[in-house]
Amino acid sequence: MNFLKTSCQILFFLLVCNSASSQIAISGKIVDNKSRPLSGVSIYLKDTYDGATTDSLGRFQFKTFEKAEQTLVASTIGFKPFEQVLNIGAEKIELIISIKEEITELKAVVLSAGTFEASDRKRSTAILSPIDIVTTASANGDITGALKTLPGTQQVGESEGLFVRGGTAAETKIFIDGTLVNNFFYSSVPNIAQFSRFSPFLFKGTVFSTGGYSALYGQALSSALILESIDLPDRSSANINATVLGPGFGIQQLSKNKKSSWGVEYSYTNLAPAFKVIKQRQDYITAPAIHNGSANFRIKTSGGGFVKYYGYFSANKLAFRVNSLDAVGYKDFFKLKNSNNYHNLSWKENLGNGWKMNSGVSYANNADDIHGDLQDQNNQDVVVNGFEFKKFGLEQNGNYFNAKSVFEKNLKGLSALRFGAEYNGSNEKADFKLFNGQVFPNKLNEKIKSIFGESDIYLTNAIAAKIGTRLEHSSVLDKINMAPRISLSYKINTNSQASLAYGVFYQNPERRYLPSVNDLRFTKATHYIAQIQKSVNQRTLRAEIFYKDYDDLIKTSFISNREIATNNNGFGDAKGIELFWRDKKTFKNFDYWLSYSYLDTKRDFLNFPTAIQPSFAGKHTASLVIKNFVLPWKTGFNLAYNYASGRPYYFIKANGTGSEFKDRGYAPDYHNLSFSLNYLPAIGKTNSKTFSVFVLQVSNILNLKQTYGYQYSFDGARREAIVPPSRMFVFLGAFINIGVDRTQDAINNNL
Amino acid sequence: MKKIVFLTTCILINIFAFAQSEKFVKAMEQKIPAVDTMRSTEGLIDLSNAFERIADAEKNQWLPFYYAALTQVSAGYNYADGANGGDVSKIDPIADKAEQLIDKANGLTKENSEILCVKKMIASLRMMADPMNRFMQYGPLAATALAKAKSMNPENPRVYLLEAQDKYFTPEQFGGSKVEAKKLFELSLSKYETFKPESTIHPTWGKAQVNYFLTQPF
Repeated sequence: MNFLKTSCQILFFLLVCNSASSQIAISGKIVDNKSRPLSGVSIYLKDTYDGATTDSLGRFQFKTFEKAEQTLVASTIGFKPFEQVLNIGAEKIELIISIKEEITELKAVVLSAGTFEASDRKRSTAILSPIDIVTTASANGDITGALKTLPGTQQVGESEGLFVRGGTAAETKIFIDGTLVNNFFYSSVPNIAQFSRFSPFLFKGTVFSTGGYSALYGQALSSALILESIDLPDRSSANINATVLGPGFGIQQLSKNKKSSWGVEYSYTNLAPAFKVIKQRQDYITAPAIHNGSANFRIKTSGGGFVKYYGYFSANKLAFRVNSLDAVGYKDFFKLKNSNNYHNLSWKENLGNGWKMNSGVSYANNADDIHGDLQDQNNQDVVVNGFEFKKFGLEQNGNYFNAKSVFEKNLKGLSALRFGAEYNGSNEKADFKLFNGQVFPNKLNEKIKSIFGESDIYLTNAIAAKIGTRLEHSSVLDKINMAPRISLSYKINTNSQASLAYGVFYQNPERRYLPSVNDLRFTKATHYIAQIQKSVNQRTLRAEIFYKDYDDLIKTSFISNREIATNNNGFGDAKGIELFWRDKKTFKNFDYWLSYSYLDTKRDFLNFPTAIQPSFAGKHTASLVIKNFVLPWKTGFNLAYNYASGRPYYFIKANGTGSEFKDRGYAPDYHNLSFSLNYLPAIGKTNSKTFSVFVLQVSNILNLKQTYGYQYSFDGARREAIVPPSRMFVFLGAFINIGVDRTQDAINNNL
Repeated sequence: MKKIVFLTTCILINIFAFAQSEKFVKAMEQKIPAVDTMRSTEGLIDLSNAFERIADAEKNQWLPFYYAALTQVSAGYNYADGANGGDVSKIDPIADKAEQLIDKANGLTKENSEILCVKKMIASLRMMADPMNRFMQYGPLAATALAKAKSMNPENPRVYLLEAQDKYFTPEQFGGSKVEAKKLFELSLSKYETFKPESTIHPTWGKAQVNYFLTQPF
């Protein structure tokens, strides 16, 4: 017992002794690699309580009883943890410590030349979010409508698609979860731009590249629109919407464990009532009527990956007549029936060890049944001598199969290596029927196989490069191409960065020129882009200059009234300057952006006699988009103004050896002012079960005359302006989302 | 003899452990009052760092991680700016850090009402960084955490303090109400009167805030 007592005393003595011995002061300064002081850094001796936090000058000071070898640690958000072994003796210690910045997505330079990355929640520099898309007044709820307010795109209103930097709409390709979408828009109708088939609410991410894009994407000379579908919904819900165009319903079911979900949706659109109120230029026999159905499931895998399916079915029809430009006193009748189904299955998975896989397959079938007729004043079909070509039939049926796999290995920091393969198969049939019943059948079976590889190399937080190559083989052309792509980015300071991009892009000749009796090659474009971007406190400014060199474009000639691809001797170029300014800060509750594009382009392709500015490319394009959310009214007021300088128009006539201009000119400038209003009664209520949005949208509120261009009669004797179907359009709709609240479930499950 | 050596060693270890834990409790007791009084970003980060040091050294105590997370998320609130949102690039890393810390706390003890309160605060902070785009995601997350905190311990006064603050700062058209806020602050105060912490270092913070709010015009 005595022994115990002594032991205790000794121990206490030791403890007291220990605390009585002198403390050693450790002080110093912590800086970054550029010797700038860092505040808020935690510095301490590992596994002890002793330490401090640096002040605004990066200085620190603390005292410790610890002796001998200790590990000194410095750590703060955004920097690599620093460790150093310290031998503490009797002397005070002074240190200057330099710590290295961590290469993080938030701080690192963004590989961004030519790209508008949208809706990346993590990045405050994201340019457009999904909410932005639906609240852009001139977008009409269409993804491509919103993208048309960004620099690089044309205000083409007479046909659908994105015309980017002097390119045709066919030079832009659209991808959903990595795989190509073949019929993104509803089937073309003469002089009326069609909407995209897919709702912006399907996508959480939008990357719009106006050039210099990654080697993961191909078969597009100008632009790639890369859409990433949403993951699991936040909750189970039912949707009901009623608009002037028709009703829609849907449900989304989230499983109890929040690991999977499924949903179905159906909507019916009929423009007949709207067209009764808003007079259309076309005289509709059948107003556009569309049945749309979709189904989806999404499963979160145990490895943190996702398996997603999205299936879509649509059937639509329309028929109208307009006064014939070709045959005076007669009318042109046009009828279209389309059915389309699309299935996309994708699988994203973390394979461990820094490996990721992203695979997807998609299948689509598209069938069009189109009829043209000439009708007299009593709306009876007639065949008039010399105008037999006005009566025709076109039956098209296409099956499309796309598959793609990308493997990614994370290297040091943010660096990564990616490679994979893509397959695009299509089997298309198009039967063209003449007035006399004679049928010209056309079949095309195309298989494009591609492999690609690229690497993101982050040398530091400030310098990064993306280097890649793509190899493609087309079975129809029976040729191979190799397309290198490089982009470099340099971070000038915390808020600014500069980027350069170079890339070669190949694309097959357009479908309508295939198969060809002549030996055709890939068409080709080379992009050179320089960009500078500054982003401070919710204000972003970017400027981009580009040069695009077109080569091996398709030239055509007319053989018995049919346009045939003859060779790849076409060429052209496009150069320009683009500016983008977005500001969410200066004016309270106001968010606005301004974009301007200058485009100087000429090309000699198709039947052009020489290199000319094509009719789809305007010199100056500008957009101003303003959004003001009035919180007390829970209402957003949105205004958009789009401007485009007049585009040229031509009447080109074939002559003996080639073609010549018979007439040419410039259309007047285009102005469009649109307004929209969103009323969100549930905004801010976190416990609200229903989330509704009421929308009122008016395009061309000034009721200005808009002219997209001019079209000529077949003989060039007459021309007429191509104008929108109606000057003004008004859209009114209610979108109601009724949530099935699982709050109580969640609580009960976890207790 | 062997027995004695064994016994001695046992007792020595025991005493040593006691001394250690006394050191821990003392260090914690020194820092905890500042949780209620510190308001500056730098001060809160400093406090969070200090708690994290203790947590890292102790390794199996959840409370220092809890306080480190609490003071970290409180520092983040200084970057929020009402309906306009705040500096996402500053707020998100702080929220990430606070989340790491609270997850560590949660790894050392069963989820409890106090931990859930901090989780609620982190979700609210993320929402406040960009309310227009984030309220659909983080609003329900915050509400769920708070509801669960209440159901796990209806006597926790901090649950009602957080609820009251939400009601106080939310504009009326979004379901805020100064009248209801006042009632909740009063309810919170009454819970503080009867609240008994498990130990001197278990959470007691918040009463000063309630008293401050109750002096405000409603």
